[in-house]
Amino acid sequence: MSTKIDDELFGSADLQWEKLKNKLFLGICFTASLFGVVVLVFLLADVAYEAGIGIVEFDINIGQFLTEGGRRDPEDAGFYAAIVASVWLMALTAVMAFVVGVGSAIYLEEYAPDTRITRLIEANLANLAGVPSVVYGLLVLAAVVNGFGTGSILLAGAIALALLIVPIIIVSTQEALRAVPDGLRNGSYATGATQWQTIRQVVLPAAIPGILTGTILALARAIGETAPLIMVGILFTARRPPGPLDSFSAMPSQIYVWAAQPQPHFHHLAALGIVVLLAFMLTMNAVAVFLRNRYEREL
Amino acid sequence: MSTDSPNDSAITGDVARADRIRNRHARRLLFTCASVTVITTVAIFAVLIDNAFSYFYGVTLHDAILGVTFEQQVSFSEFLTGTRWAPDHARPAHGVLPIVYGTLAITVGAAFVSIPIGTATAIYLSEYASPAVRSKLKPTLEVLAGIPTIVYGFFAISFITPLFISPLGNLFGHHVGRYNMLAGCIVVGIMTIPMVSSISEDAMSSVPDELRNGAYALGATKFDVSTKVVLPASISGVFASYILAVSRAIGETMAVTLAAGFQAQITGNPFDEIMTMTAYMVSMARGESAVGTVEYQSLFAVGLVLFVMTLTMNLLNDWIKRRYREEYQ
Repeated sequence: MSTKIDDELFGSADLQWEKLKNKLFLGICFTASLFGVVVLVFLLADVAYEAGIGIVEFDINIGQFLTEGGRRDPEDAGFYAAIVASVWLMALTAVMAFVVGVGSAIYLEEYAPDTRITRLIEANLANLAGVPSVVYGLLVLAAVVNGFGTGSILLAGAIALALLIVPIIIVSTQEALRAVPDGLRNGSYATGATQWQTIRQVVLPAAIPGILTGTILALARAIGETAPLIMVGILFTARRPPGPLDSFSAMPSQIYVWAAQPQPHFHHLAALGIVVLLAFMLTMNAVAVFLRNRYEREL
Repeated sequence: MSTDSPNDSAITGDVARADRIRNRHARRLLFTCASVTVITTVAIFAVLIDNAFSYFYGVTLHDAILGVTFEQQVSFSEFLTGTRWAPDHARPAHGVLPIVYGTLAITVGAAFVSIPIGTATAIYLSEYASPAVRSKLKPTLEVLAGIPTIVYGFFAISFITPLFISPLGNLFGHHVGRYNMLAGCIVVGIMTIPMVSSISEDAMSSVPDELRNGAYALGATKFDVSTKVVLPASISGVFASYILAVSRAIGETMAVTLAAGFQAQITGNPFDEIMTMTAYMVSMARGESAVGTVEYQSLFAVGLVLFVMTLTMNLLNDWIKRRYREEYQ
């Protein structure tokens, strides 16, 4: 029922068109958000398909793939040396990045006075998080590999990865520490405990699930990093599983070496390598989610 | 607490002092940890400048300061304006422009993918999606962000290039090789979508509902509210997400190396192979064996250019966040 006032107010508005515009816009936004999901499905399907072709048509033996080292001949090539290298890298990276990252976060959250130095450290963290991973590789190449003359060893690669994820661990640890209520700290101080006793016996036990979750997620990111390892090491195919002081080719760099080869056989080896790499990442993420869900309720 | 026996209180005093000392040691140790992050930044600057110096002058900066004689081998003007990049060639050329162009081409192309799709995704998540849909969609997009870049590179050469770009190239009469610029743009665009969408969505979600309700009360549709109220109100966060995505695209290494290739050239043809700065670094990486060679020195010269570009982006991001922050209480 349109009155004269309605006409004056809405005469120029085409409600039909406004509604259509709204629907179109919803359609565009919805499609855009599905795009990411569709790409993810295609990406995973593509990797699985290429890996499957490798097994079916190129007779890649999974058992051999998981137990043999790298070979120049694709028929005999395996992923075992790269898997061992990645596990070593993760172990060493975890130790270094955990100590430095959690230590820094505790200092910044619990001790740091609000001085210019503290603000400098905080501002620098945001900057470090934006440094491309390949630059960390260059840093370690010049400072450790050639500066200390260690050569392209696995430990140098671990240092590069640790430097890369320290800012991530600091930020997640700070969040975990902030989530510990001040009441707990004050209760501890009231009994006469020093700040360090409070941190060690009250704050850290309460925050440790969050800290571990953040650390594992950061490691899951580190295990897929390729560029710093390529800068630190030499691109090659590792035959034997390395120790911390050996030259190495980890999972992602081995995948790169294979993927960059023109022969199709290597291409499918790379796909199978990606399946293994993603399986590792998935496991780490699952552990992190489990830790979070398990302990979140108790806090 | 018993204060009857003097012996007891003496112990307490000693223990308390020991505790205080331990506290001070712990504090100092933790401060050392925190300073590692600052040392890292300083070391990055020092290492890049020190070794980049050797690209231009043949000796590292610290050797030059210690008195080693040197003369300029590569002029800055050739480095910054030359259009041929082949430092390891028999007839060397030191113009960095082709690989800077490669990086910028990938970055701009990727922005054309990630910015529209990421922003639309953020609007959908923040304005339209029901909580149930959002709780499924957000983690899925986060998975996209967690996939290693090498996997995106593989995806480009095994899926995007053969299935989409080759047919498209043939349609325009271009032969498409294994590597091409367009594939690089698309994969880097895809991998930066989650960055744009999640940071933009955070900014949009923090716009208070009063603003939306005010617009609804005037008869506005969701389209009007999204584009004329929410987007302008969250613009600083949205821009920050764009800059982060661009910064990430500049430093992106493995995906562009596998997708876009190793041919340093300035070309407008998206089906051509190009080389980014990061791809050059991957192609020249020789570990410890190459110290003193021009390949090794050029790594750091290129690395310095790359670092300065991403640092500029990060500072710009900081500045925008501070300058245009809108606080709603």
